[in-house]
Amino acid sequence: MSDRIFGGFGLALAIFYIWAASIIKDSFMVDVVGPRAFPYIVGTILGLTSIYFIIRPDDEPEWPIFRDFAEILFAAAVMFVYAWALPEVGFVISTIFATAYLTWRLGTAPLWSLVIGLATSVGIYVTFHLLLGLSLAKGPLGF
Amino acid sequence: METLSLLADGFSVALTAQNLFLAVLGCFLGTLMGALPGLGPANGVAILIPIAFSLGLGPTPSLILLTSVYYGAMYGGRISSILLNIPGDEPAMMTCLDGHPMALNGHAGEALSLSGVASFVGAFVATCGLVVLAPQLVKIALLFGPAEYFVLFTVAFATLGGISSTNQAKSAFAAALGLGVAMIGSDSQTGSQRFTFDHIHLYDGIDFLIAIVGLFAVSEVFIFLERHRGQSPNATNATKIGRILPDFGMIKRCLPSMARGTGLGFFAGVLPGAGASLGSFLAYSLEKQTVDHDGKTFGKGDPRGVAAPEAGNNAASGGALVPMLALGVPGSGTTAVLLAVLLQLNITPGPLLFQKNPDVVWGLIAALFIANFILLAMNIPLVGLFTRVLMVPTRILMPVVAMISFVGIYSITGSTFDVMMMVGFGFAGWVLRKLDVPLVPIILGILLGNQMEVNLRRAMTISDGDWSVLVGSPLAIILWLVAITGFVLPMFMGKRMKAKMEKSRTEGVSEGG
Repeated sequence: MSDRIFGGFGLALAIFYIWAASIIKDSFMVDVVGPRAFPYIVGTILGLTSIYFIIRPDDEPEWPIFRDFAEILFAAAVMFVYAWALPEVGFVISTIFATAYLTWRLGTAPLWSLVIGLATSVGIYVTFHLLLGLSLAKGPLGF
Repeated sequence: METLSLLADGFSVALTAQNLFLAVLGCFLGTLMGALPGLGPANGVAILIPIAFSLGLGPTPSLILLTSVYYGAMYGGRISSILLNIPGDEPAMMTCLDGHPMALNGHAGEALSLSGVASFVGAFVATCGLVVLAPQLVKIALLFGPAEYFVLFTVAFATLGGISSTNQAKSAFAAALGLGVAMIGSDSQTGSQRFTFDHIHLYDGIDFLIAIVGLFAVSEVFIFLERHRGQSPNATNATKIGRILPDFGMIKRCLPSMARGTGLGFFAGVLPGAGASLGSFLAYSLEKQTVDHDGKTFGKGDPRGVAAPEAGNNAASGGALVPMLALGVPGSGTTAVLLAVLLQLNITPGPLLFQKNPDVVWGLIAALFIANFILLAMNIPLVGLFTRVLMVPTRILMPVVAMISFVGIYSITGSTFDVMMMVGFGFAGWVLRKLDVPLVPIILGILLGNQMEVNLRRAMTISDGDWSVLVGSPLAIILWLVAITGFVLPMFMGKRMKAKMEKSRTEGVSEGG
C-alpha cells in the first residue's frame, strides 16, 4: 500500500513537473532543443516509474509506530525552528536548545541534555568560529 | 615514463608541510568517521565539504584533505565491524563475519592490525592501478563527442543500482528525481528561469551540497531517532583488544588472500555499478571457496576471512576513482560525493582534466599514496584511541554530527532558507529510505543533471535537431548496449544476489554472536 501511495504522489509530482516545464518562458537566446525538452524527458520517467509502483508495489516497509513517527516529525520541526532561530537569537543559544532536544529524545536525562547541549554549542563555537574562523549566525548578542 | 614524471610532480605538490598536515588531519578524521556506525565515507566527506570550503583552502589542499577523509573512512569502517559486529559502513559488512569472532576469541588486536595491513595492501595496489589505468581510459574518453557523453551519463544512471538492486524502477525514479532537481534555476544555455516560480532563492538553483548533506547526514539522524531511541550506550559489549602489534607470521599467511581480494576488489571498483560492497562480498566468497571449501573455519574467526574482504573493499574504493577521474562519471555513492568536491572547486573531472590540470590530478593521486602510508602508520598504534571513540554513546554523538552539518551549510551559504531546505531534504531522504528508494542516484542526478542536458543539447545543435545522432556512432551504440544490459540484468539477478548477500550476513551474525 505504501508503494501505491508513493506512486500516486510520484505521478502527481510528474504531472506538476511537466506542467511547470511547459510554462518555462523562452528567452531571447534559443537553441535547437530549447529549455523544455530535457525536463519533459525527466518528467516522463518520473511518471512512468510512478505508474509502475502503483501497478506492482513492493512489500510493505516497516513503518515506525505512531509515537515514533511523531518523534521524527517533532525532530524535523525542531530543526526547522532551529534554522529559523539562528539569525534571531544567535548560534550559541539556539544550538544549546537544539542539541539538548535531540540528545534528550535519544535517551539522555533532561538536565544532562542541557549540559551536553551547552558543551556542544560552546565547543563548536570555539573550534569552528574562534579557531577556524568560520562565519556562524550572529544574534542580537553577537554570538 | 611520462606518467612517472607527472607523478613525481604530484608528490612535490602533496609533500608541502601544509598539505602533509591536512593529509594527517584528514586521515584521522576519516578513520574516526568511518569507525562510527552509521557514518560512512559518504557522510563523512559530505559533512566536511562545506567546512573545508569555508576555511578558504585552495583547490589542491581541500582536495587532499577530503580524499584523505575518504580513504580514512574506508579504513575506519572495519573497527566497529570487528569490535562490535556493527559495520561502520556497508562495505565493511563482510569484515564482521570473521572479524568479530576473532575478537570474541580474544584476538581483537590481531584482527585490527591484520585488517589494517590488508586495507593498506588493497588501497595501495588499487592506487597503482589507478595510475596505470586512468590515462588509458582518458585516451578512449577523448574520442567522445557530446552525444557519446550523453549516453555515458545514461550508462552511469542505468548501472548505478548495481547488480544487487531489487527494484530498478525505484533506481530510475530516484535518478529522474535528482535530474529534476538539477533543472531548477536558470537554464545554462538560454538563461530562461526554470521551475523557480519567481522565488528568488531558487534563481541559482539548489546547491548540491545542501542536497547531499541533507539526504545523507540529516536523514541518518532521523534513522537513529527511530531505531536507537532510549537504547543503552552501544559499546557495552566492546571486547578487550588484546595485543595490538601485528603478528607477522599471520600476515604472511594471509598475503595470498589479500592478493586475491585486491584483484577482485579493484575489478569490481572499476566496473560501473559494482562498488566497494560488491568488491568485499566477492572477495570473501571467493576466499571461502578457495581455502575453506567445507566451511570449517570461515565464519568462526579465520584471519583469511578478515584479510580478503578488507583488501577487496579498499581496492574497490581505489578502483572506483578510475571512472570518476577519467570520465567524470562516478560509480558509487562515495565517489559521487568526491565528484561533488571537484565540482565545488570548479574542476570538472574527465579527460580534459588530465590535459589541462595535470597538477590537480597527479597531486591528488600522490595524496592518495601518502594518505595510505599515513593511515597504515596511524592505524596500527592508534587503533586503541579510535576504539575509545566507539564508547561515546550515539545519543550524544548523533546530535553533535547533526549540528556540525548545520554549521557547515550555514557557513557556506549564510541563509536560513538553505538550512531549512537541508532539513527538508533530510526528511525526504528518511521517507525514501523507508520506501527502499536508493539515494545515490538522486545525488548523482543533481550533480550530473546540467552536464547531461548540456551534452544532449550540444549534440542536437551539431546534428541540427536530428535525434538519431544519439545512436549515430559505434561507440554510442556500444554504450547504449552497456546501459541496457546494466539496467535489465539486475531485474533477473538482483533478487538472487541480494538474497545471497543477506544470507551470508545473517549466517555470520547468528554464528558470530
